[in-house]
Amino acid sequence: MTIRTDRLLKRGVGESVQRIDGIPKTQGKFQYGSDLWAEGMLWGHTLRSPHPHARIKDIDITAARSSPGVHALLLAEDVPGKKTYGLEFSDQPVLASDLVRYAGEPVAVVAAEHPELARQAAAKIEVEYEELTPVTDMLQALQPDTPQLHPWGNVLRHVRILHGDPDAEAEVWVDGYYETGMQDQAPLGPESGLAVPSEDGGVDLYVSTQWLHVDREQIAPCLGLPEKKVRIYLAGVGGAFGAREDVHMQIHACMLALETGRPVKMMYGREESFFGHVHRHPSRIWMRHGATREGKLVNVRVRMVIDGGAYSSSSAAVIGNASTFAAGPYEVANALIEGTCVYTNNPPCGAMRGFGAVQACFAYEAQMDKLAKELGLHPLEIRRRNALRSGSILPTGQVIRGTAPVRELLERLEDIPMPDEPAESRDPITFPGGAGNVGRGEGLKRGVGYAVGYKNIAYSEGFDDASEARVTMFRGSGGPVVEVHSAAAEVGQGVHTIMAQIARTELGVQDVVLHPSDTNVGSAGSSSASRQTMMSGGAVQLACQAVREQLLDRVRARAAATNSAIHGELSLSDGRITLDGVPIADVDEFLDDSITETRAYHHRETTPIDERGQGEPHVSFAFAAQRAVVEVDEDLGLVRVVDVASAQDVGKALNPQSVHGQVEGGTAQGLGLALMEEIQLREGVIKNASFTDYLIPTILDMPPVTSELVEEPEPGVPFGAKGVGEPSTIVSTAAVAAALRDATGRELNRVPVTPDDLVGLRPPAQAGPPPPAPDVPFPEPVPKHAGIAAGQTELGGHEGSDTYQGGKG
Amino acid sequence: MLVRALVNGEWREADVWPGSSLLYMLREHLSLPGSKNACEQGECGSCSVWMDGELVCSCLVLAAQAEGRDIRTVESLSDGEELHPVQEAFAEAGAVQCGFCTPGLVVAVVDLLERDPDPSEATVREALSGNLCRCTGYQKILDAVRLASERMRGGLI
Repeated sequence: MTIRTDRLLKRGVGESVQRIDGIPKTQGKFQYGSDLWAEGMLWGHTLRSPHPHARIKDIDITAARSSPGVHALLLAEDVPGKKTYGLEFSDQPVLASDLVRYAGEPVAVVAAEHPELARQAAAKIEVEYEELTPVTDMLQALQPDTPQLHPWGNVLRHVRILHGDPDAEAEVWVDGYYETGMQDQAPLGPESGLAVPSEDGGVDLYVSTQWLHVDREQIAPCLGLPEKKVRIYLAGVGGAFGAREDVHMQIHACMLALETGRPVKMMYGREESFFGHVHRHPSRIWMRHGATREGKLVNVRVRMVIDGGAYSSSSAAVIGNASTFAAGPYEVANALIEGTCVYTNNPPCGAMRGFGAVQACFAYEAQMDKLAKELGLHPLEIRRRNALRSGSILPTGQVIRGTAPVRELLERLEDIPMPDEPAESRDPITFPGGAGNVGRGEGLKRGVGYAVGYKNIAYSEGFDDASEARVTMFRGSGGPVVEVHSAAAEVGQGVHTIMAQIARTELGVQDVVLHPSDTNVGSAGSSSASRQTMMSGGAVQLACQAVREQLLDRVRARAAATNSAIHGELSLSDGRITLDGVPIADVDEFLDDSITETRAYHHRETTPIDERGQGEPHVSFAFAAQRAVVEVDEDLGLVRVVDVASAQDVGKALNPQSVHGQVEGGTAQGLGLALMEEIQLREGVIKNASFTDYLIPTILDMPPVTSELVEEPEPGVPFGAKGVGEPSTIVSTAAVAAALRDATGRELNRVPVTPDDLVGLRPPAQAGPPPPAPDVPFPEPVPKHAGIAAGQTELGGHEGSDTYQGGKG
Repeated sequence: MLVRALVNGEWREADVWPGSSLLYMLREHLSLPGSKNACEQGECGSCSVWMDGELVCSCLVLAAQAEGRDIRTVESLSDGEELHPVQEAFAEAGAVQCGFCTPGLVVAVVDLLERDPDPSEATVREALSGNLCRCTGYQKILDAVRLASERMRGGLI
């Protein structure tokens, strides 16, 4: 079945084209990593440390090795090549050898004929640990007498941004302290993949990941193999949200496959998934905002500490982002922002949708509300008076060159009608906690909250995260066909559909097929940082344009051969060559030989930030604004989010339905952080590693989301489109928290907000004094020998430079 | 142990480890991976199937409990190119992103619309509250249910 009007449409850029993988996904036919199967396949299992900080004294594998069905059991000493890996710094052991630095760290891997046999064998491995006192508090990590978790200390990166005169006086000051909890990406598809040994001594890996090539850069050295012998193919990805940016089961499965000579599948269960991927950094943030009586910001001072956990992952880039966005989407002439990311014995933190901007937004938007209250201004008015615009100077000194329609977002938001007041008689399920049948709507209070936020599109701080695409046009049985080959990971966001739309628009051909994503084409960069539409979309556009030029050259050559000159503009439409819009020939006629072109798209250059935090770190910015309306049961501390209105700066919506889907889904994840999602740690150990105990929003928790798209094309990027994945997540946490404050009058300076917070059983999070800036080397204390500058060698970047060169995220 | 069950209208046998769930049997023994393994704790609904016509989380059912029972999975809903209206509606309304929750939701929605062809929004929300989706924020899932309901009642074809 197709939509009736489909035939009239071109299914190109700007249309709500149906996802290319939509129907197989509804049928259960789409193959995810966890669905893979191979003849003679073994199952891998990981033994993980139960302790957050311990020395491994001895490992006895005798009983395990002789356990039924076991084909391989590998320890750190069996890692064939490099013993560590990492996205930015290679500080994470493939398998722990002497020290374990977090509870859940892999110590051994087993391959057996059945997952249960592998589990039973792993349980028979006897590891003797000498437990060490764990460092589980991010501020404790900064104390001079705290044990150093890595040879270079406990500071992973410190960022200082000095803008104008940080001592500038203001007429009004507001102070605040804020905390955010550790959030989990909780993609529904667990980590999974299948490694198949190949005849050349290499390995073929089918895996659910966000970035095939950066996986390979980390996997190949650990296997002691050249990259060309590690071929990676994208398996279906059941959501990502940052969780799949780091390597998880990839190296382990490859090691087991190479050891046994048999295909090995690894698939985490939900509990292991919580231990097997990075999380959103918890944060502690001190802010002081100074303004004039008219409500113009004068000075913003920020001290921020985030917990990177045991290993670096993409933390250096996350604190870079959190710091550069800490003043919010507002003009301010003076600022001092100090951001520190520390190592602890907590689970490693890394990329999650919003990437540092979420934590900052929760804090600065609470500050803006405080300021508005102090000055008697409406929350929207104070934001309007300070809003960034094109040409504004950011605290890094960077000038916004692209679009920054913050005021337009606020106007559009105001135009969205408020939800109706509740009817006299309501379905009880619509009360806060309604599904639990706990109340009849006594003591309900409504509140309204606003938030505006922004973040970067694509990678920052000098990193050239180029994307390559190969486009082939050939004659098919039913007319011309275009094949797009890109390594861009489809993780659910819809990039594969977008690439097909772009190919249709550029080449005027309906029949577009996608080559499976693999490492047989150049890197597409990561499906993160809201970057794939711009980067891989840009690469597909360039490759299509090159194909079109070749095709039109053939048209011109034939014309020249028959001495008929072409006057006018040649173009492609509906499988035909047109001259000034009039069809003159079928494309097919010129495809005796197929045409293939490969192109890479680079965004404009950015720079690292210097010791004063100055530079041009970001490519492009996307903004969002939201209004949340909540209902709070003040007796029970229960909440219902009644309504969310959203306005987002998207440049140009290439697939409006898909863009709205990103806004709605991103809002749900922000709402989750505001109200329920937090990894509970006790002495560094995750206590709620299940969907019974770690709650994510259900269909009963989600309000209707009215989403408005503001389309002001971004100059210099393909189709003017900005990335759309993250902005809604950034603002919805802050908007919901603001609405709860409005409803209850409470401070609520920590998310997730709990029922105890709402009824006053738990006091606001208490601020100690902000820690002094650590005395560590610039640009970052992690030494070069731990750095792999992954991705940069391949992309011809800046390996070996002394300055921190952007991050993966 | 040997388990025999009527799966999607066909008697099938599997030699399973006694601790195996019905989900494992379907996915790993009977080559029916459409039912998904997202939480394996009965919280997310991704593995929903019908057992003797009742909606169950197949991760919470032992394979052995399926002995002699009538099991219907998401794979039973479409016959080659022919889709169930609920599947069509999900693809069309944008209710699919990563798609991992989709088979379970499709099964749950088919079950709901068989019982209640024209459910109110509150009814839909309650009926689907056992199905977790991490991508969509559920709005387009609600759209898909409305669309499927209208079409199945002969409203819009």
